[in-house]
Amino acid sequence: MDTVRLVIDGKEVTTAAGNTILMAARQAKIHIPTLCYHPRLPVSGACRVCVVEVEGRPALVASCAMPVAEGMVVHTKTERVLRARRLVVDLLLASGDHNCLLCQSNGSCELQDLAYELGIESFRFPVDSPGYPKDTSNAMIERDLNKCILCGRCVRACNEVQVNEVIDFGYRGGKAKIVTAWDLPYGESECVFCGECVSVCPTGALTERQAKFKARPWKLQKVRTTCAYCGVGCQLELNVAEGQVVKVTSDYRYGPPNFGSLCVKGRFGYDFIHHPERLKTPLVREKDSFREASWDEALELVAKKFSEIRSRYGADALAGLTSAKCTNEENYLFQKFFRAVLGTNNVDHCARL
Amino acid sequence: MTNSISEIERADVILVTGSNTTEMHPVIGSFVKRAVRQRGAKLIVVDPRRIPLVNYADLWLAPKPGTDIAWINGMIHVILEEGLEDKQYIQERTEGFEALKECVEAYTPERVEKITGIPSELLIEAARIYAKAPAASILYAMGITQHTKGTDNVKALANLAMCCGNVGIANAGVNPLRGQNNVQGACDMGGLPNVFSGYQPVGDPQVREKMAKAWGVSRLPEGPGLTLMEMIQGALDGKIKGMFIMGENPMISDPDLHHVEEALRRLDFLVVQDIFLTETGRLAHVVLPGASFAEKDGTFTNTERRVQRVRKAVDPPGQARQDWEIICDLSSRMGMAMSYESPEEIMEEIRAVTPSYGGITYSRIEKVGLQWPCPTLDHPGTPFLHKDRFTRGRGLFHPVEYRPEPEEPDEEFPLYLSTGRILYHYHGGSMTRRSVGLVERAPACEVEISPEDAEKLGIGDGNRVRIRSRRGQIEAVARVTDKAVEGTVFVPFHFAEAAANLLTHSHLDPISKIPGYKVCAVRVEPA
Ligand code: SF4
Ligand code: SF4
Ligand code: SF4
Repeated sequence: MDTVRLVIDGKEVTTAAGNTILMAARQAKIHIPTLCYHPRLPVSGACRVCVVEVEGRPALVASCAMPVAEGMVVHTKTERVLRARRLVVDLLLASGDHNCLLCQSNGSCELQDLAYELGIESFRFPVDSPGYPKDTSNAMIERDLNKCILCGRCVRACNEVQVNEVIDFGYRGGKAKIVTAWDLPYGESECVFCGECVSVCPTGALTERQAKFKARPWKLQKVRTTCAYCGVGCQLELNVAEGQVVKVTSDYRYGPPNFGSLCVKGRFGYDFIHHPERLKTPLVREKDSFREASWDEALELVAKKFSEIRSRYGADALAGLTSAKCTNEENYLFQKFFRAVLGTNNVDHCARL
Repeated sequence: MTNSISEIERADVILVTGSNTTEMHPVIGSFVKRAVRQRGAKLIVVDPRRIPLVNYADLWLAPKPGTDIAWINGMIHVILEEGLEDKQYIQERTEGFEALKECVEAYTPERVEKITGIPSELLIEAARIYAKAPAASILYAMGITQHTKGTDNVKALANLAMCCGNVGIANAGVNPLRGQNNVQGACDMGGLPNVFSGYQPVGDPQVREKMAKAWGVSRLPEGPGLTLMEMIQGALDGKIKGMFIMGENPMISDPDLHHVEEALRRLDFLVVQDIFLTETGRLAHVVLPGASFAEKDGTFTNTERRVQRVRKAVDPPGQARQDWEIICDLSSRMGMAMSYESPEEIMEEIRAVTPSYGGITYSRIEKVGLQWPCPTLDHPGTPFLHKDRFTRGRGLFHPVEYRPEPEEPDEEFPLYLSTGRILYHYHGGSMTRRSVGLVERAPACEVEISPEDAEKLGIGDGNRVRIRSRRGQIEAVARVTDKAVEGTVFVPFHFAEAAANLLTHSHLDPISKIPGYKVCAVRVEPA
């Protein structure tokens, strides 16, 4: 592999040829802020937050798009760079309704973090929010385009990662807006609610609707696990607050099999966990209905009946169906129970594929 | 899957058949779409429905339902005819090629067109594209296996792949996409009547001895047990008296439901362990409350054989318990103490008795899951199978012949019915139909019908219709859509109140015993 040597903020850095300045800096643990950049997405280089100075070049360059070159000398924190970044953020803050106090994403917003990092204390330009109505057309994704900074991450996520090709930039100039075909709300569009766009949106423009007012981001505990639905086995995070799963997120850094992508079932199909109809006690049949029973009573009854059947008709009069929804450990124990304890190989499961 | 999910993105050609990938395995669907859009892979879709992937495909072949062996053999016929097979691979790595050659001889494109309705030019083009690819991946799902001849369909696909040297190399293979998250694991763990964990045959005395020793029992049953459909039949015949059903709902997911209900009602004793009171649970004598995936620790094995962690995030509601704890408790009450501290301890036992899981520990899969076979602690796992050699040494061709379906449309029942899943629901619906967002998207059972058939029958989009077969009838809302092809209607099987499986039949595949959900004849009329 060809390597290239360059200097970033006075530090000698060696990196693979073809890498960008941003990648080289990150490898060397030198922080360059970004906004439209996302490691899972193709580079767009549009927001200009990651600009740096390269000696010998008159204009600032976008570090996310500029490949490294041998002997390059890069400065990431000069006054000129910081002024340029501040201008970008000042303009973005004025372009929409960035009232963090009333925003679901307060505390997990990259625009907010950037304003803080750049030491921005007040709105420099008068706020001119476009005043779009919120898109509450569906139960899963809420869109408030007044908080949209047109970074285009959602567009790249939808078109290049999920390849669902549902959203794009629409209209021109000051009216520019992320749109579905015919500018319909999500609920009436071709959107399939994979939520990839939500997962990469840096602001509160795209949020999980059902998580609203459930918990502040810093109160959430994320538990990584495997999706309960199809056989892809996507890695996801259950976001827990006060003993309740309030949202599902994902992270591309978990790698295979899904590299952070999910589908609508994995991302939004979690309500069943806390559904009031969940079974909470053992039930024992009494004529045509059930009554609640203790574990002791229920399991003693099962043990007694299975033993009776076995001694009267033989072990092969018993049969069991194990579950494609249960864990490996549970499936293993279930067949062990049938084979070693009951003494029959009558074990199968319901889905042969 | 012989190969890994990530490899799909690097295939030169992808052949998708009997899998509505973007709805049933949406994240894998994205791998396919990225391969096409970003890497220029060629996509061939073979499916009686105009599934969403058709929009991304170079070729779409729409065979009549139940005619898969004919088009697959037809493709092999063309490949051999034009000398496009991988001769060196066939010579060095396979056996039984002559028999295959003889078998496909009769499957000329013209004959295949008569059987399947696929125009011969399209079949020839598909064969050429597939055969010329350096690495071609075949993806299939229930549309191929849930047939009375599902096992033969899979063999035919394997023949096709082996002919072109596509098994045992990266980015290719024959790849079944598993429908439920842990069907792979349920099979791997011995949730089958004839094998222990790791597919170790119950009929092998040495294996039995090993397992008996590990489990501390003097003997284990020898003969293979009954499959699901045989259990149902056994219950009807009075031979099966007691059943324990954990986390499954055969009352909605099995074909020919009347049959299943009657069978379960005849049992002396039925125990159902689940998280909701399902249709099956309602027939039980004892119902035990289990835990959902969010409430337990353990592992699932995905469709690419990757063993991954499941982690407890919240407590089960009320007195519900993790399913493994319930089994242990019951076992101890029946005279064999099972005491494990944690699922991790169970995995340690699994790994000790299951060669393919021998190297899989919780600490190794903490960050990224491992793909079995993974026999030892220093084994990196196996992204694709049959590298350099097949498990049995040489890959064996299994010639298979096309046979007509047991039930074809006729005057009284003029349409093919095909059943399957939709994007927004899962299996019997007990989880998805309790999720607000998913229900909003797909609140009720819709039957997909082509504009041509709809017009003939005087049915409009959104009308209520009745669908009848020889076994039963259901009502649903008509969705007139281009997705359906003239002559075939599609009904999802997630809706208990309109259970598609009241219509289907239970002719079984003779080997896998998978019911023929996919093809049956129906009549649709305004309700
Ligand atoms: S939810 Fe998925 S399909 Fe819908 S717009 Fe977002 S990325 Fe596209
Ligand atoms: S909706 Fe979010 S991701 Fe999309 S352009 Fe706006 S801010 Fe960026
Ligand atoms: S998120 Fe979707 S694609 Fe991924 S495992 Fe779950 S159901 Fe399958």
